[in-house]
Amino acid sequence: MAENSDLAVAGNGLLSRRLLLGLSLGGAAASASSSLLGAEATRFVIPEWSKKPGPGPSAYGQPSPFTTGIQRDPGRANPLYPGGGASRTPLHQLRGTITPNGLHFERHHAGVPAIDPAGHQLVINGLVKKSLSFNYDDLIRYPMVSRIQFLECSGNSGALFRDNPPDGTAQSIHGLVSCAEWTGIPLSVLLEDAGVDTAAQWLSAVGADAASMGRSIPLSKALDDVIVALFQNGEPLRPEQGYPMRLFVPGWEGNVSVKWLTQLKLSREPSQFRDETSKYTDTLADRSSLQFTFPMGVKSIITSPSGHMQLREQGLYQIEGLAWSGAGRISKVEVSADGGNSWAEALIDSQAGDKSLARFRLPWRWNGSAAKLISRATDSSGAIQPTRTQLLSEKGNLAFYHFNAQQCWGVDTSGLVNNVYV
Amino acid sequence: MNRSLGYAALVILVSALNFTVHAQDKTAAFFESPDLGNEIQQQELVPLDLIASDESPLPAGNGTAFQGREIYAEKCAACHGDDGKGGPANQPLVGGNIHSSESPLRTVGSFWPHATTLFDYIRRAMPANAPKSLSDTEVYQVVAYVLYMNGLIDQYAIINADSLPLLIMPNAEGFIDMSK
Repeated sequence: MAENSDLAVAGNGLLSRRLLLGLSLGGAAASASSSLLGAEATRFVIPEWSKKPGPGPSAYGQPSPFTTGIQRDPGRANPLYPGGGASRTPLHQLRGTITPNGLHFERHHAGVPAIDPAGHQLVINGLVKKSLSFNYDDLIRYPMVSRIQFLECSGNSGALFRDNPPDGTAQSIHGLVSCAEWTGIPLSVLLEDAGVDTAAQWLSAVGADAASMGRSIPLSKALDDVIVALFQNGEPLRPEQGYPMRLFVPGWEGNVSVKWLTQLKLSREPSQFRDETSKYTDTLADRSSLQFTFPMGVKSIITSPSGHMQLREQGLYQIEGLAWSGAGRISKVEVSADGGNSWAEALIDSQAGDKSLARFRLPWRWNGSAAKLISRATDSSGAIQPTRTQLLSEKGNLAFYHFNAQQCWGVDTSGLVNNVYV
Repeated sequence: MNRSLGYAALVILVSALNFTVHAQDKTAAFFESPDLGNEIQQQELVPLDLIASDESPLPAGNGTAFQGREIYAEKCAACHGDDGKGGPANQPLVGGNIHSSESPLRTVGSFWPHATTLFDYIRRAMPANAPKSLSDTEVYQVVAYVLYMNGLIDQYAIINADSLPLLIMPNAEGFIDMSK
């Protein structure tokens, strides 16, 4: 097998994107198939499932029983904090850019309420000309928009602020990001019904869960692109995503997309909820703390090869991952296999839209030596994903939220992949 | 030009003008509201609207730390510790110093910028196993006890809708509003 050295674009085995665009992926596959000719003919018997009819159509489809290992990781329950916690999306086991509804990450502050839409109200009050309540059937008649956009918890990847690199997988470290098509009513339409008082500058959104989780959002954002979402990937929201309705705040930290939405209150000032003071704030080295750090920064992660994977042999692999930005589109993703000494531009292998996940890919020939795989994204605003050193110099190591720095998977000479700091 | 075609064109033009007058532009027409909200009176929302802030008034009632000690011991201490310094699996409410070089512990006393947040959060979300089970008076009493444990008030200070928003928290100036 040739080394494709003419196609090398950066150090330690990174190959040209031209390899993805019509060139053969090499001789390995061809020689493997030819070696099977005439041998082991008994492998090609007609399988049992081809000899009798299977079950007929079903009311609601389920994944193959052979993929039941693809699951969210709900972590350990804390008995003193009923229903609290998070589950993480198995990013390393999925492809494409849309997260299946049953695998979308979760973060709950008091569990998932079982809401009967017939008993649920959405109320708008505060600095409005008239306070209004809407029931589910009212809202279904409203004009809606659909957008494919990511949602990321601002605590995602937060363990990477710590001094020692956490041992984990793409799922356990980065799994608090997902992407779906969200369909709902522009919030501006509902606010216009109520008539916003000119003194109003903020809007408090409150959920109907047991924590009555609340967040304050500037009115300017609420009127810009926020929706009251009722559908996710075409079906009504799942209970764990806020059924019957949630706020969806594009590009901002997930916590403000308040689930089980039941109240919107207009005010002059933010309400200073616990989850925008005690939590979801970052303390800097000088001990001042950043509050209302809403937008999610430009970020990318490599999902394969990624933590705890084992490369079986030397040869051609795809370095593959996801990139996104709260500021808009992903315009470029670069990959390094030598710890950031040299970089090559990856192929963005999907139609990456505004604030959606983009999937990138770059061929890589592993030659058996140690490697350090890093990706860095650039967004349509020109922002470049920072290094961990740059992020820490800006935010210090007391911070926990909004970790968007480059992350490195180390590959050792045995092919084992682990999270490392450069 | 054929007269009937000209008339048809005129009808279309007039319709378009009508449309413009009614809906400003085509985009606005696509988002015309069916206006189905039911008007309600603020008073009706008192049971639902739990927001307590400088701007959203706190309810009637009051409490002191002296009165809150028992409720705290019964309903809060299992998670937050007898002295508020934390239990086996939950965050402490008391102590720490955000300016400490060793451990900048983020507690109510060391970190929370607004006293009203304490009332708002306890009323809506605590105790974690039975949120909204405390009366407003009990919430005031527990709020007072947490403030007392932090050395911010004495045990007989009356905490109510007037006094709580006036309490200046130690870290009130410690935040930078990044939305500006």
